[in-house]
Amino acid sequence: MSFGKGKVIAVMGGSGCGKTTLLRLIGGALKPTRGEVRIDGQVIHELDINGLYAMRRKMGMLFQFGALFTDMSVYDNVAFQMHEHTDLPEEIIRDLVMMKLHAVGLRGTHELMPAELSGGMARRVALARTVALDPMLILYDEPFAGLDPISLSVVGQLIRKLNDALGATSVVVTHDVQESLKIVDYVYFIAEGVIVAEGTPAEIIASDKPFVHQFVHGEMDGPIPFHYPATSSYAQDLGVNV
Amino acid sequence: MPIARSLRAVGQRSIKAVWRIGFAARFLAMTLFYSGTSFRRFQLIVKETFSSGVMSLIIILVAGMFVGMVIGLQGYETLKRYGSESALGSLVALSLVRELGPVLAALLFASRAGSAMTAEIGLMKATEQITAMEMMAVNPIARVVAPRFWAGVIFMPLLAAMFSAMGVFGGYVVGVVLIGVDEGSFWSQMQSTVDFQHDVMNGVIKSFVFGVAVTAIALFEGFDAPPTAEGVSGATTRTVVQSSLAILMLDFILTAFMFSGA
Repeated sequence: MSFGKGKVIAVMGGSGCGKTTLLRLIGGALKPTRGEVRIDGQVIHELDINGLYAMRRKMGMLFQFGALFTDMSVYDNVAFQMHEHTDLPEEIIRDLVMMKLHAVGLRGTHELMPAELSGGMARRVALARTVALDPMLILYDEPFAGLDPISLSVVGQLIRKLNDALGATSVVVTHDVQESLKIVDYVYFIAEGVIVAEGTPAEIIASDKPFVHQFVHGEMDGPIPFHYPATSSYAQDLGVNV
Repeated sequence: MPIARSLRAVGQRSIKAVWRIGFAARFLAMTLFYSGTSFRRFQLIVKETFSSGVMSLIIILVAGMFVGMVIGLQGYETLKRYGSESALGSLVALSLVRELGPVLAALLFASRAGSAMTAEIGLMKATEQITAMEMMAVNPIARVVAPRFWAGVIFMPLLAAMFSAMGVFGGYVVGVVLIGVDEGSFWSQMQSTVDFQHDVMNGVIKSFVFGVAVTAIALFEGFDAPPTAEGVSGATTRTVVQSSLAILMLDFILTAFMFSGA
């Protein structure tokens, strides 16, 4: 699996197939039992803690429900990494925060607390925080989960625009086929820990592979079965003699 | 094979307990190791001091006042039998400064601020805020845990001192104002019997030790809480129970060292 510079890549697959694990491996939160994750020429699991933290400063991650710091205002959330990792004067930090919030359309919320935001707004603030230090690699963990159609479209467009504006690379782990196919350059499908299909959105839509077809069209049954395997037959469970 | 199953369960619990003790020790060592970062950014400690210490002031002051009033009332009834009502000031002050101030203030601090610390950190973990911080290359032990630890440790002796001061005032109100014990004897007896080094400073040392125990338990339980609603509620309960027992046990040990034979 490789993620080229400037690209937005989707990683899709059913629940429990290893998508979030992949993000954790990229972020260095987990060590691989086999293989390696290489970013900008460096093998992540071979880095010491200082090296890993230095690498993470070049990354951003958007969590499924935003993971905003609930005891801080929107402004402080976006400014968090700037306060932690830079010696910039507060006036500059303020300008940068306002620019980031403006980019996600929420400059007017800078004094609000996370509890005062809707789910979609919280996700956009988290997106502004994710790109606060202009990362070269942005990881998205289910960025569309639980959003209404408008918020979903807004977040999708922002992912694309921010990636292009920063010249970064984005890895989007998602279930949302329709929304992600609109914005990504390439798609990987994972099942049971291995890549089962890959291609551009056009190739994916045209694919006749059963797994891809079932996933893209949301079919109930297929390679991913509707019924969880049972040890006894349905008739036996109902006590019916056949 | 019920015996084998029981043995296996005991073994598993023992391993889990030992693992938790090891993790707790490592957690405390990491907290101390990263404390320098907190002291370099002292405003983080000040912020936590406000939320855990200053917000506990009301309960500490009210409880101290009532405890002092009760000691005044009970002490007067007992001392009257021996014609020693004038020693009421000594009784109130020594009880509070040596024992009740540090112990009760720590118990109240564990219930009010310790449980809040555990719930806050547990929820931060459950909502991925701790993971988000790590992914932003910010060490959560240095940024979240260490400032709270030092806020608790620094403020605990101050809370105990305020508890004792309010208690003495409560004892004065009941003994002198309401019952009519001689005001001069009340204060002069107190002044002559309470030794700053032996009584006051030992009380301060006790409350400092309790502060370390309560905040360390509260922070560890929060950090180790399973990221679920049940996990956080269980961790909060454990904080109050373990902190209370630790305070009482440490109090006995410290009292034995400080005051036995004195």
